[in-house]
Amino acid sequence: MSTLPARKLRVATASLAGCFGCHMSFLDIDEHLFELVDIIEFDRSPLTDIKEVGPCDIGIIEGGVCNSENVHVLREFRRNCKTLIALGACAVNGGLPAQRNHIPLAECLREVYQFRPGVENGQIPNDPELPLPLDKVRPIHEVVRIDYFIPGCPPSGPAIWKFLTDLIAGRTPRLTGGLLHYD
Amino acid sequence: MTKQFLLDGQPVPFEDGQTVLEAARAAGHYIPSLCWHKDFPPHGSCKLCVVKAAGRHVSACATPAKEGWEVESNTPEINGERRGLLQMLLVEGNHFCPSCEKSGDCELQALGYEYEVLTPRFRHFFPDRPVDASHPDVLLDFNRCIFCELCVRASRDIDGKSVFALTGRGIDKHLVVNAESGRLADTDFAKTDRAANICPVGVILHKRVGFAVPIGERTFDLATISEKTLKEGSS
Repeated sequence: MSTLPARKLRVATASLAGCFGCHMSFLDIDEHLFELVDIIEFDRSPLTDIKEVGPCDIGIIEGGVCNSENVHVLREFRRNCKTLIALGACAVNGGLPAQRNHIPLAECLREVYQFRPGVENGQIPNDPELPLPLDKVRPIHEVVRIDYFIPGCPPSGPAIWKFLTDLIAGRTPRLTGGLLHYD
Repeated sequence: MTKQFLLDGQPVPFEDGQTVLEAARAAGHYIPSLCWHKDFPPHGSCKLCVVKAAGRHVSACATPAKEGWEVESNTPEINGERRGLLQMLLVEGNHFCPSCEKSGDCELQALGYEYEVLTPRFRHFFPDRPVDASHPDVLLDFNRCIFCELCVRASRDIDGKSVFALTGRGIDKHLVVNAESGRLADTDFAKTDRAANICPVGVILHKRVGFAVPIGERTFDLATISEKTLKEGSS
């Protein structure tokens, strides 16, 4: 009979083109957080402030891919995480940031930085340190392979808890009984 | 003695002329659909009602039932195909449920929940489909159109106005308004028209009532689409 591994599962999280709403919803699992810290430890995450992702069991990505830095972070997560999860509408289908996809990028930038009411002598930011925006915002499964998807804007705390506990216990994660929502 | 066929092993009685879908629903068995409506002839475009009858794939909404048939519907194979169809519909348009007034009342969304669609699976098209807000009472958001032609059929066959049409072919197919300007305001369309109240998704929206019923208390918050469909069928 196999025994449970003594070490804790290592979990990394990141928000790409998202609003951190899914991370807030993750915190909404409330007292389950106490159960969770008994079985996992965090790697890179806004909760730990670790900047680079290391080898992990589970990676959780919020938000779509809107610039070159997002692509870099997402590929690093895929390289390091055994299981990678898309968390929330933006990671799953681009969500709100993808609403710019039918507007040419240059037009978008000019509208915000040059022609917006109240802007004088505005120019489009061009610092080499700024990541270059992509022409379209992409869901993360169009950039790397994704193992699991949790839709919702944001997915509810109970949905995230159900999904994670299924996954950690080795069951196929399922969102049923009203836990599955796209909005 | 009434005629019958077997649906997933269960006997389903039918009368001559009844389709597989009609007979199944009358007997309390759910077969999903988006483009089918009891007040109109079958359209057969969404293909969600696909079943395997005598070993062949057919649209249950357009196939007359036959004595002694063995029909497969609620099987992993057929439901997997339905999931694939839903995923294709979801990537072909711009379906962003968090910003849609129809969320909770949308049949495409409800079928996504019914068949546990978690992933888009395919690449998104992100098509450019401008909205038409010209009409005083009704907004058209073409981003969500699934080409079921229910509005086209209702406007032509019931309202007698032919306000809508599908144009273009294949991937370029899209819904248009029959007016010189292409704007809904330049037609005799009214919010009381049947066509204004038949869209299964969030294309034809009545203005100023979008959130009269709050999220969480909407049609498919209260019952799944299969529960709702079967309840309506028996009443």
